[in-house]
Amino acid sequence: MEYKEKIKGRVWVITDPDGKLFPNIDTDMIFHNSYLAITDINEMGQYIFDNLEGWEDFAKKAQPGDIVVAGSNFGCGSSRQQAVDGFVSLGIQALITESFGAIYFRNAVNMGFPLVRCDNLDTDKIQHMSEIEIDINSGEIKNVETGEIVAEAVPLSNVQKDILKSGSLFKYGKSALG
Amino acid sequence: MGKTILEKIFAKHSKDEVKPGNIIWLELDIRSARDFGGANVVKNFQREYPGEKVADPDKTFFTFDCVAPAVTIPYANNQQICRDWAVEQNVTVFDVDSGIGTHVLIDNGLSAPGTTVVGTDSHMNILGAVCAFGQGMGDQDIAFAFKTGKTWFEVPPTMKIEITGKYEYPTTAKDVTLAVIKKMGASGCLGKAVEYVGETVEKMSLNERITLCSMATEMGAIITLVTPNEDVDNYFREKGITYDIADLTPDADAEYIETVKVDVDGLEPQAAAPYAPDNVKSIKELEGTEINSVFLGSCTNGRYEDFATAAKIAEGNRVKPGVMFRANPSTRGEYGRLIKDGIFDTLFNAGVIMSHASCGGCASGQLGMTGAGEVQLSTSNRNFKGKQGDGQTYLVSPAVAMASAIEGKITLPK
Repeated sequence: MEYKEKIKGRVWVITDPDGKLFPNIDTDMIFHNSYLAITDINEMGQYIFDNLEGWEDFAKKAQPGDIVVAGSNFGCGSSRQQAVDGFVSLGIQALITESFGAIYFRNAVNMGFPLVRCDNLDTDKIQHMSEIEIDINSGEIKNVETGEIVAEAVPLSNVQKDILKSGSLFKYGKSALG
Repeated sequence: MGKTILEKIFAKHSKDEVKPGNIIWLELDIRSARDFGGANVVKNFQREYPGEKVADPDKTFFTFDCVAPAVTIPYANNQQICRDWAVEQNVTVFDVDSGIGTHVLIDNGLSAPGTTVVGTDSHMNILGAVCAFGQGMGDQDIAFAFKTGKTWFEVPPTMKIEITGKYEYPTTAKDVTLAVIKKMGASGCLGKAVEYVGETVEKMSLNERITLCSMATEMGAIITLVTPNEDVDNYFREKGITYDIADLTPDADAEYIETVKVDVDGLEPQAAAPYAPDNVKSIKELEGTEINSVFLGSCTNGRYEDFATAAKIAEGNRVKPGVMFRANPSTRGEYGRLIKDGIFDTLFNAGVIMSHASCGGCASGQLGMTGAGEVQLSTSNRNFKGKQGDGQTYLVSPAVAMASAIEGKITLPK
């Protein structure tokens, strides 16, 4: 993906049936195993979240440029690259959560897809369908309309930044390993 | 400063400084892809490295275990993409007859203690049972590993989980595993390496260690490692593989970020109720719940000993009519032993659908999904909503699975 230092977009705040940030969203809820034969990234987006209670129509309503906020341990479960690729295919610009499953995190980093970690996400501050801007360098996430800082991101690791800037693991590997 | 087990394994496979938080380039002894993900690995490789060869064909493998053999044309196409490319690259394919990739790698002596292994299976970290570093990765990571023999990795901090106490049959290693998950929760080990220690773990056989280490991912752990004991040493010695135990034992002054104690003294059989592996309850709380189907197998409980436990209970009994019982051994080797020793016959005669070695009901699409309203007992490691169909899945031990199948309801084995 193309590297951007500031990412601005409309935000989807993914909550569970109790209205809290949806925790432990696993790869089967993101991209169900019945679609695993798909290898064309352009076909993956339509199935994102269709097994996630309350968000089955996400893929139909999401627009390119949107940002997704969800609960902790996002992307736990399988090593499924499609669960990252599907968001890229929909044109989602970034994912913000308190933590990610380890494999999911790598998969996103490797394709240059920005995952943003915040220690404390407050859904009173980040409101569903509001417009926010993420500053990758400072970690500040603000509400575009009010200018209020709504969350602070944990700084990206060096490798995450390097891969983001080079665009993919493959490009990064060519320069890092020669 | 001393090193933990993982730090020792990494130090032998990297030129970079190994300490928690550092990102290192790690040399990989084995890089593999299963049929889920395999075709995407090939496509990534062909796009990024057109006309090029893998770094080392002898260290590169395909293991077909998810949809084995393929039941749909798209799956068949994907497998054939891998086979054709493997011929071109002179890479070995453990094809659809072989069984679960991680177990095939262990049984073939490829993922021996102290080795580093990656693959597209998120339970690759089960290899911690033999004190190897195994890691599940996505298609791009694996394509990169095929080409370079390396991967970048952030050295995780290590925590200890100390398991103490004695338990008796019908409590088994699976119940201990579920008790640990209950204590840690789905993200209790997120981003950490774990060393299992304590008298209970030290005594566990290779088979029991495999069960224990098969659910690392369900606690968010990068890997759970156990220093080999005599049973593990003997298993590998028979394959002509030896190693220096000092390389697989943490230093006395190694640093741990946390130690958690789990006492399993007198533990009773457990189950993970729908829809989360950490939603663990005692079988006594669930006794009497009517069931429709049972799955015995998976990387967690698909080995010879697991089937032998079930067969002992099945002897002279029959699965209750109306209950569908499916079973898949972990590997072709284990399958052969089950046939030779009469265990296949016992289970067959009890009404079990005895299928070939593979991931079976754990991976979708191959062998039996659950329908809405169906209650399934499974010896596998995941019961997420929708993973194995529209029904509800309880994760249990082979003993509970068989005892319950005979009664048609969740039952404590005698």
